[in-house]
Amino acid sequence: MYLLFILFFPLILGAVLLLLKPKNAFLIALGGSIIEAILSTKVLMDFSQTQKPLVYLQSWIPDFGINFALWVDGINGILIGLCALMIPFIIGSTAKSERANNNQFLGLILLMQSALMGAFLAKDAFLFYFFFEASLLPIYFLAAIYGGENKNAITFKFFVYTLFGSLFLLIGLIYVYLRTPGAVHSADILDLYATANALNASQQGLLFLSFFIAFAIKMPIFPFHTWQPDTYTTSPVQGTMLLSGIMLKMGTYGLIRLVLPMFPLGIAEWGFTASVLSVIGIIYGSIIAIQQKDAKRLLAYSSFAHVGLMAAGILTKSTEGIQGSLYQMLSHGINIIGLFFVVEIIERRTKSREIASLGGITSQSYALTVCFVILSLGSVALPLTNGFVGEFLLLKSVFDYHVTLGIISGITIILGAVYTLRLIQKTMFGNQSRITSDFADLTGAEKWILIPLSVFVILGGILPNYILSFSEPSVALLAQWFK
Amino acid sequence: MTAIIALSLFGISNLFLGFWFPRKTLQTVTLLFLAISIGLTAFDWNHEYLWFGNMFRSNNTSINFSLIIQLAAFLVVAFSNHFGNDEEHTHPAEYYAIMLFSVVGAILMVSFEHLIMFFVGLEILSVAMYVLTGSDKRNLRSNEAAIKYFLMGSFATGILLFGITLVYGATKSFYLANIAVAIAQTAPESMPGFLYIGVVLMLIGLLFKVSAAPFHFWTPDVYDGAPTIFTMFMSTVVKTAGFAALYHIMGGMFGGIYAKWVLVVYFVSIITLIVGNITAVYQQSVKRMLAFSSISHAGYMLLTVCAKQPSTTSNILYYSLSYTLATLGAFAVVKIVSEYQTGRNEKPENFSSFNGLAKNNPELAFAFTIALLSLAGIPLTAGFWGKFFVFNDVLNRSILYPVIIAILMSAVGIYYYFKGIVAAYFNAGDIEKITIPTVYRIALWLTTIATIVLGIYPTIVKNLF
Repeated sequence: MYLLFILFFPLILGAVLLLLKPKNAFLIALGGSIIEAILSTKVLMDFSQTQKPLVYLQSWIPDFGINFALWVDGINGILIGLCALMIPFIIGSTAKSERANNNQFLGLILLMQSALMGAFLAKDAFLFYFFFEASLLPIYFLAAIYGGENKNAITFKFFVYTLFGSLFLLIGLIYVYLRTPGAVHSADILDLYATANALNASQQGLLFLSFFIAFAIKMPIFPFHTWQPDTYTTSPVQGTMLLSGIMLKMGTYGLIRLVLPMFPLGIAEWGFTASVLSVIGIIYGSIIAIQQKDAKRLLAYSSFAHVGLMAAGILTKSTEGIQGSLYQMLSHGINIIGLFFVVEIIERRTKSREIASLGGITSQSYALTVCFVILSLGSVALPLTNGFVGEFLLLKSVFDYHVTLGIISGITIILGAVYTLRLIQKTMFGNQSRITSDFADLTGAEKWILIPLSVFVILGGILPNYILSFSEPSVALLAQWFK
Repeated sequence: MTAIIALSLFGISNLFLGFWFPRKTLQTVTLLFLAISIGLTAFDWNHEYLWFGNMFRSNNTSINFSLIIQLAAFLVVAFSNHFGNDEEHTHPAEYYAIMLFSVVGAILMVSFEHLIMFFVGLEILSVAMYVLTGSDKRNLRSNEAAIKYFLMGSFATGILLFGITLVYGATKSFYLANIAVAIAQTAPESMPGFLYIGVVLMLIGLLFKVSAAPFHFWTPDVYDGAPTIFTMFMSTVVKTAGFAALYHIMGGMFGGIYAKWVLVVYFVSIITLIVGNITAVYQQSVKRMLAFSSISHAGYMLLTVCAKQPSTTSNILYYSLSYTLATLGAFAVVKIVSEYQTGRNEKPENFSSFNGLAKNNPELAFAFTIALLSLAGIPLTAGFWGKFFVFNDVLNRSILYPVIIAILMSAVGIYYYFKGIVAAYFNAGDIEKITIPTVYRIALWLTTIATIVLGIYPTIVKNLF
């Protein structure tokens, strides 16, 4: 029942905000998302005590064997935790916003949360697909209504591009689903594992490609990333947080949950190509990030580089790779949401995101600088920050998989340090510019977001074991399918 | 069966009622008539009857199709808005009567067991449509559309009739069951070659009626030229009846020679998907875009005809229903907005006249969005499951390449459907609050809510089939 609640509560709340247009929408949304976070935590605790998946099953389309099946295990538990934990911060970042019809904005965020939760919770492959696509609608409206320059064309490209990719996923899923035994086929993920595993190498290869395209566009992986920088830049910052902090994890989650266990032979055939593409994305994204003038765009490319490493780690099919990418999904979600918020704070005060026109903020706001530095260090994977644990495991797995690829992706740490530290240096330190000279210090609401996020960065670096052991048994269980 | 008699009587009485009653009453009365006939149709549920010398069969499948057709007609009448206040040039009583008659034709087309009955149904429906297309007498485009439709339509009917004679010559029967038996029992070598010519000619005639490419050339002009209310009627009722008949004939009667005709349908569906979707991209007029969208949906439905699975009939039903609801919803918004824009905007049916619709008319914009999302096949709407069931069927036969084309074309489809949503929500415009008549509003909400409910829980109707 808790599973149903954490899936539908944001949906109902979002619908209430959209339809009834209450006055104090912000408080309702924030309160609701905190309740959601608490209940999700309870669900995750229940799971971690027994390490037995919690399942909710309800028949949905019985003629087709499609069930409304939800579950929580160690793998999606991490993402559910991320989604539940981050939404209050994303909503909190709209505090004191003077946006017209804020209720609509918040309602869309909550609808988005519901769709994301659905995609992570789904145990039935078609249910996953249903939410995977449905999540596009709220984010599309969020970006297209409240976005910046040239929003119509950019969000449109984003929508068509990602939807186009997921249609391949649909066909691949149906193809496997039709081969499950029995008069009424089954779309249960575990049944699909068994069926897909039995297919021959050429079928698995094609299916791998059809799944991979869908997830590669979502993440995005080079060369399917062309929608991403523009969309991230033009979206309102909360939309960007949702996109980069949580939504792109649907792609990596899909790789772990569906692609790895379903198509071991397909990965044997195409996995290396996919890894090379991911690694190209790491380097390519980092180099472009170094040259960016717009801080938000820089973070967009850094996100693109990070996700490439996660994908490369997953495609090594090793426990470290999966564990590392799960950990990195969590830390990247926290770091990138914090960093985008920092940029948003700067933009609110100076009306500019151009790195060259900023500088010297540290003398005006020491707290902002500290939080910014901590979040950035998490992002460049300095030891004792959360980014280190994930990236270390990921790089180790890529090294074990292929030494050259490992060395090349190792460069990401250096390049990441270059663009991140350059961003800090040019915005926080140096001479004050005309627009930063009257930079106001952080408000209470802003502190309430940045400080907890910075604490998470440190905590994640010091105490990674709690989370790693949370997911480990489930990853080991999953590994049986492709070892 | 009782529904046909009732509808014919209602149609005639409608003609007389026109003498005495005002327009508004006529609309209400017609709605009542259709509600009664829907009730009468539903009353036959789970009974199987043969009538008119076994030429007409009423069973659950035909009842389902009849219900969709009558529901579509009911909604169209609700959207008709009693044809405005133009006393001199419009004749509501006649229009309503002709619509009721054409529903009779459509019901015959989904229930026949005999090719003559099929032909009679087709002609009742078609002739009624020719008249309604040209009903806007002073409008040149409406006249042109009617002539075009009439010429092309009668030509197609001729081809169809020729096909029927050839099939009769080869099998010596007009009864579907007998023809199927004759085909099954004759060895392929001793079967006269002109049977296959007959099959192809019948197929062409049917493909014309469902506006599949390359027999679609009439569709955009006719849909565009006809008054919007009759475009709605045409694109839903004719399409549903046409596909029911098409599958009944090809899948049922000619099921034994599936291998002979499937390639034709296969190619037609691919061409239809490509032509319908690609051409739709270039349209400036929403009405014309919906005409091409109707062509492209014929392509998806033809794909499931190609698959010929046990579930195909129920898929066509579900697809027809979801398509009908979405198309009616979209056209209803187009109709009311273009009526508002007439006089204000030079081209009241273009995308640009929807700019900024959401600002003062959130209700219309929402209904429009849901309808377009459903046509594009996005989850949470009925259209998604329609496409899902079709793909499911087609992949079950391991027909892979058309599905890939269908996917590519779905992505193209998103492009042009979203032009409408972008115009309504994100483009700046100054549409004031449009007043919506109560009946109109109820019908619009009905299509919208039904689309969402079917999108979330398709089993509700899937169980009936």
